Order: sequence, then structure tokens, then C-alpha cells
Amino acid sequence: MEAIKTLNLTKKYGKLAAVDNLDLSIEKGELFSLLGTNGAGKTTTIKMLSCLTKPTSGDAFAEGYSITKNALEVKSIIGVSPQETAVAPNLTVKENLELICGIHGFSKEKSALKTEELSAQFGLSEVLGKKAGKLSGGMQRRLSIAMALISEPSVLFLDEPTLGIDVIARSELWDMIRSLKGKVTVILTTHYMEEAEALSDRIGIMKGGKLLAVGTASGFIEKTSAENFEKAFIRIVKEETSV
Amino acid sequence: MITFAKRCGKEILRDPLNILFGIGFPLVLLLLLSAIQANIPAPLFEIEKLAPGIAVFGLSFMTLFSATLVSRDRESSFLQRLYSTPLKPSDFIIGYMLPLLPIALMQSALCFAAAAILGLPVNINILYALLLMIPTAFFYISLGLLCGSVLGVKQVGGICGALLTNLSAWLSGIWFDLELVGGLFKKIAGILPFFHAVEIEKSAISGSFSGFFGHFAFVSAYAAITALCAVFLFLKQMKNQ
Repeated sequence: MEAIKTLNLTKKYGKLAAVDNLDLSIEKGELFSLLGTNGAGKTTTIKMLSCLTKPTSGDAFAEGYSITKNALEVKSIIGVSPQETAVAPNLTVKENLELICGIHGFSKEKSALKTEELSAQFGLSEVLGKKAGKLSGGMQRRLSIAMALISEPSVLFLDEPTLGIDVIARSELWDMIRSLKGKVTVILTTHYMEEAEALSDRIGIMKGGKLLAVGTASGFIEKTSAENFEKAFIRIVKEETSV
Repeated sequence: MITFAKRCGKEILRDPLNILFGIGFPLVLLLLLSAIQANIPAPLFEIEKLAPGIAVFGLSFMTLFSATLVSRDRESSFLQRLYSTPLKPSDFIIGYMLPLLPIALMQSALCFAAAAILGLPVNINILYALLLMIPTAFFYISLGLLCGSVLGVKQVGGICGALLTNLSAWLSGIWFDLELVGGLFKKIAGILPFFHAVEIEKSAISGSFSGFFGHFAFVSAYAAITALCAVFLFLKQMKNQ
């Protein structure tokens, strides 16, 4: 069953098409990565799918709800972790998690339960009483993703989830993202080849607002006869090989 | 919306700089100017006139608090996260403004309490002064939402932190009688709300309400127009996100 389906999804800023006639289908429980160079249209795509930006034309559906006609329903079933660590710095980790529970109308009991569950899942139990602004970059990322997940979304958007964090924190975050496979549909954008290769069920490669290719990392390597995924990616983007 | 409003209140009250400048600084000014008054023969900073002025001046920090919070939320993508939740535009606007009203009244109450220690007569007029402070507080809070919607954190620091507090102080007639300067300075002070806000408070504290309604209508109109502009600009930046 499809969790996300886009139909000629387009976003134009003046004459520039940030996303150009995107047709994409993502299965329920799939971990799908959008990979591309700067300005490829990854973040704009996520912004449209999470109802932050209205498409210029076309439409997309999250669990059957139209992003143009049923924005409120879409917002109630998605979770978004933006590119920057969007946490409330003067609130504690616990209060940040409870804030999102409150916004989604959870009861006190359910908020407490979900806070405990997510803090354990993301290794935040030890820092629940610490102000979010005092956490390390890696821990803030964990909190950011936990905040996106606490509302029990069926679709989770992770925009550059490991940008600017160290190797160890990245590896730990990868494990956490992997653990979501099959439970939540995850759409992540990334610049890192190894991240897309290590985590994704499928990868979509974008350039100049267009979706150049969709497939698996091994499939791209095979079809481009490249030595590794990075070289396959470069070949696809440079030569705009249709895969 | 209440959840979001509580969060905004916590963010403001947990910043030690906010407490230091928002509450500490007006109190220090009150004490300092009262000490000066005690040592000069001329009635320059009488507590009945000084306390209303300092109370209004203190509210200019509400603009700084409000604008900094909105601006920081915008720049850190925190608002972007919340825009993807079922919160409605009105939840954001009320959530940002609501917690600042009790903070503003608490700050004014502290200012009048300190003034009472320094000799301000304690009577029902202080309660009237607090209640009549609401339109002024609403003006400053709305101005914060407006500035936070269009300015970055650094610009907010300069415009709301330095420029507005100075305008609010110099053009309100707290430090000197505007009649003494006269001319263009007095005219500019007359078309801005700061002087009128102080006059409302002076009327309330003195219990003499002649000429009060003109000042009250002026400040209320300013508050209403500023709030409308703030809502418009906030919704505009929300759309642009």
C-alpha cells in the first residue's frame, strides 16, 4: 500500500522550478531517501509533502489525504524533523516532548507514557531534566527526531538528520533510524551517499528539481557499471543517466 | 494553544537576561532616580510621577521578549516544525501574546510595589493603574510580534532592545517635561503612544481623570492598529515559510 504518492508535483519560484513534475510513490513502512546536490529540490519536496509550502501545481497524497485539500488531516498523521535542530532551548528535554504531546491533544497519561517510551528509545532518559539548549548537537538531533515521532505519525520526514554531527553520533542516529523500518514510513533527505546507502530501502536521486532515478543503491551501481554508489550517483547526476 | 502559550511563557521567564533587564533594570532606575530626588531641592523625580513613567518604560522590554522569541523560533526552524502540526494560525498568535500579558502586569505590579516602599501612597489607585496598563501592555506585546515576524534575532536586539527602549524613555516625558523642549520634539512625542501611556498611568495614580480619555483612546487605537499589523505580518511570514 502507498504511504506517499505525488502526481506532477511542482513548485515554482518565479520562473525557477524548484521541483518539476515530480511523480513518486513510496510504500508503507519503507525508508526512502531523497538524494541530490544543493538546490536539487529535496527540502522543497519535503516542505510540500508536510504542508509547509503549497505546490504551484500537481498534488500529493499522504495515506490517501491530499496535501492541497486535506492539510489538517495530513498534519495529524505526519512528523517532521527539520534540517536545523528545532527544539525549544529553555525547555527541558521532557518538556519539549510533552509540548508536542500537548499540541497533538494527548491526555496526561498518554503524554507521560509516550515521553518515557521515546526517551528510552532515543537514549534521552538520562537527560530528561536537562535544558534542550544545553545538549550536544547529536543529542539535540535525537531529541528533534523523538519530537517528530512522539505524535505516533505514520509518515516521518527527516530533513538532513545527521547534518553537522560527529561520526559516532551519526552512527548512533543511523541505528535509531534503522529501528524505525517497517513501523513508520520514513522519507529522509541527505547529502551523504553512505547514509542513503546504509539506511534506505530505495533512493530517489534529484537534480534541478527533477527526479532523475529511483532504485536501490546496488541497483544503481549495477546499472551504471560504477565501482561504488558514490560513483554511480556522480554518473547519474552528471550524465543524467535515466535509470 | 494553551500548551504552546505555556511553552512561550517558560522560554521567556527562564532566560536570566530577560529577568535582569525586564524587571531588574526598571527597578534600579526607580531606586536611582528616587535617590537623586532625595538629594535635590527641585521636584524632578517625584515618586507619584516617576513610578508611572518607569512602569510604562518597563513594558518596552515586553516588545524585546516577544520579538526575540518569535524571531528565534523562526530562525531555528522551531516554527517550521510547529507549522507541520495541527496548530492553527490563531493558536500561534494567541500563544505568543497571551503569556506576556501576565508577565507585563507582574512587572508593573513589582514596579509599583517598589515605588510604594519609596513613598508612593498605597491605595486603590494602584489597582486602577495596573488595569489601565493593559492597552499599553497589549501595544508593546503586539509590537514584539510584529518585529519578530519581520526581523532577525540580531536586528531585534538593535531595534527593540536599543532603539525602542530609548524612544520609549525619551519621548514619554518621564525624565523631563516635554513642554521644556517643545517644538518638533514635543510634536513627535505627541503622535507616538509613549507619552500618552505615561499620562494614563499618572492620571490613575493621582486619581484625577481629567483629560484621561483622550490619552486612553490614543493608546488603545495604537494597540489595536499594531495588533492588526502584527497579525497580518505574522500570517504573511507563516505563508512564506
